[in-house]
Amino acid sequence: MIKGSVWKFGDDVDTDVIIPAKYLRSVDQTVWPKHLLEGLDPTFSSKVKTGNIIVAGRNFGCGSSREQAALAIKWAGVSAVVAESFARIFFRNAINNGLPLVECKGISKAVDEGDVIEIDLDSGNVKTKKGILRSSPLPPFLKEILKSGGLVEYYKAKRAV
Amino acid sequence: MVMTISEKVLARASGRERVEAGEYVVGKIDLAMIHDLTGPLTLNVLKEVGYDKPWDPDRVAIILDHQVPANSTVTAALQKQLRDYARKYGLKNYHDLGRQGVCHQILAESYVKPGMLVVGADSHTCSLGALGAFATGIGSTEMAAVFLTGELWFRVPESIKFDLKGRLGKGVSAKDVILNIIGRVGVDGALYCAAEFTGEGVERLSVDGRLTVCNMAIEMGGKTGIINPDRRTLEYTGVKSAPLRSDPDANYLKVVEVDLDEIEPQVAMPHSVDNVKPVSDAGGVRADQVFIGSCTNGRLEDLKAAAGILEGKKVNPNTRLIVIPASQKIYLEAERRGYIKTFVEAGGVVCNPNCGPCLGGHMGILADDETCVSTSNRNFMGRMGSTSSKVYLVSPETAAATAIEGRLADPRKYMGG
Repeated sequence: MIKGSVWKFGDDVDTDVIIPAKYLRSVDQTVWPKHLLEGLDPTFSSKVKTGNIIVAGRNFGCGSSREQAALAIKWAGVSAVVAESFARIFFRNAINNGLPLVECKGISKAVDEGDVIEIDLDSGNVKTKKGILRSSPLPPFLKEILKSGGLVEYYKAKRAV
Repeated sequence: MVMTISEKVLARASGRERVEAGEYVVGKIDLAMIHDLTGPLTLNVLKEVGYDKPWDPDRVAIILDHQVPANSTVTAALQKQLRDYARKYGLKNYHDLGRQGVCHQILAESYVKPGMLVVGADSHTCSLGALGAFATGIGSTEMAAVFLTGELWFRVPESIKFDLKGRLGKGVSAKDVILNIIGRVGVDGALYCAAEFTGEGVERLSVDGRLTVCNMAIEMGGKTGIINPDRRTLEYTGVKSAPLRSDPDANYLKVVEVDLDEIEPQVAMPHSVDNVKPVSDAGGVRADQVFIGSCTNGRLEDLKAAAGILEGKKVNPNTRLIVIPASQKIYLEAERRGYIKTFVEAGGVVCNPNCGPCLGGHMGILADDETCVSTSNRNFMGRMGSTSSKVYLVSPETAAATAIEGRLADPRKYMGG
């Protein structure tokens, strides 16, 4: 179960606003979270706290394949992203790096910024103040990757076996 | 047992008789590509796993293209990391400075054949579907998994058929077609889907034009753009046959009809690729910079079209024109045909093949409030530099006309006869 308070964004949040390309050269884990979503809200990185959840509209993470977008969100301490839909490469990158995503129709209307929501990854249910929204849970092997903490950990564990 | 070309390629690669949209399959990868921006992350992951030898060195391509030559010590270090890795395993498909170019163009020129399953750590890998391959962008971490195993999981995508009818008018080209389509369906109009382009309009497009169309499938959320191979594909790729093609009665999520006769020169206004209107309705936006190049429009046909308009003309004194051929091969041919001379004589600059200012990496980064009319594929906020700068996406013809006038201009008035 993941529980946290919500930061809300709109439709088509692209990877260039999640983390602009000019910061990609760095591989320092502290750099990307400092610039997270600064294209939309320059103060966001100072407000977001460990355990917070991002809620967004359609097509979250559209644009480039830069995995740094998922990593910047994860390294900023965000525990999950719930959106009406995700761009597919972002979706893969997030799962592969152990950042939980839930594709949940109706979430943007059911939640306001600052609300506390609860996510059950096993069932796909999201508990909001307006009731429980149901979504399709991830297929089992993607859940396994997520539970391992990402694809690297998943492969390490497989190699150990 | 009917299938789309996307289903057929994924079925072949996963050793199955047939697959259908919605299934998850594990496919054997025919070609895997990393570049200087996403590749170092892949190598770091391999280092962390403790084993970094690629499963098949001949199926791996490493192409330096985003910031070439290196523009900072950090970039230089990342490129050195890739160079050292390529040398360590004797990778013959390694493209350093001198053999470089925009990665998707290099893949098209040298490696991709119809029916292949291609993954690249770059979102515009979908371009290669123009050659009848199933080609899609993936992240750096999963690319590490590909390097280790030669395999990757895929959800077989639904296909949307874009049926192109009619003929393009003078001064209108492949870029206008794909901008028009994205304007109609929206930036998530093909989310998770294969965008399959068919019809007489596609048959008449050159391979250069097809690459432009498929390149921007990602800008409507597509997993790939894809075109059934035909005579032009065989000629371009040098193969004798390409048996994997969509069955005539294959299943499509929907069919979108596109009438090419109706399409005028298009522009995607800031800051969204689906914010598309005819250039004639866009009100003569000021152009501080014009960029002709990128994986969308840095090919010979694009340079030819732009040079045809700029021949004997001058770039507006208030505008900076940057032209970047997409590969060394194109650069050389453009030089031989006199296009490079035309650009320089007109008052533009020609830079060495690489991604250039498209993603704000170098070679033409925008200052506050500046505008760039560009043949690239993204106009997101801050994409080419300052967050208050603006990018307008157009065809090479429109870009050339704009460079002359200093304002967004309809190229049709520069078309002779």
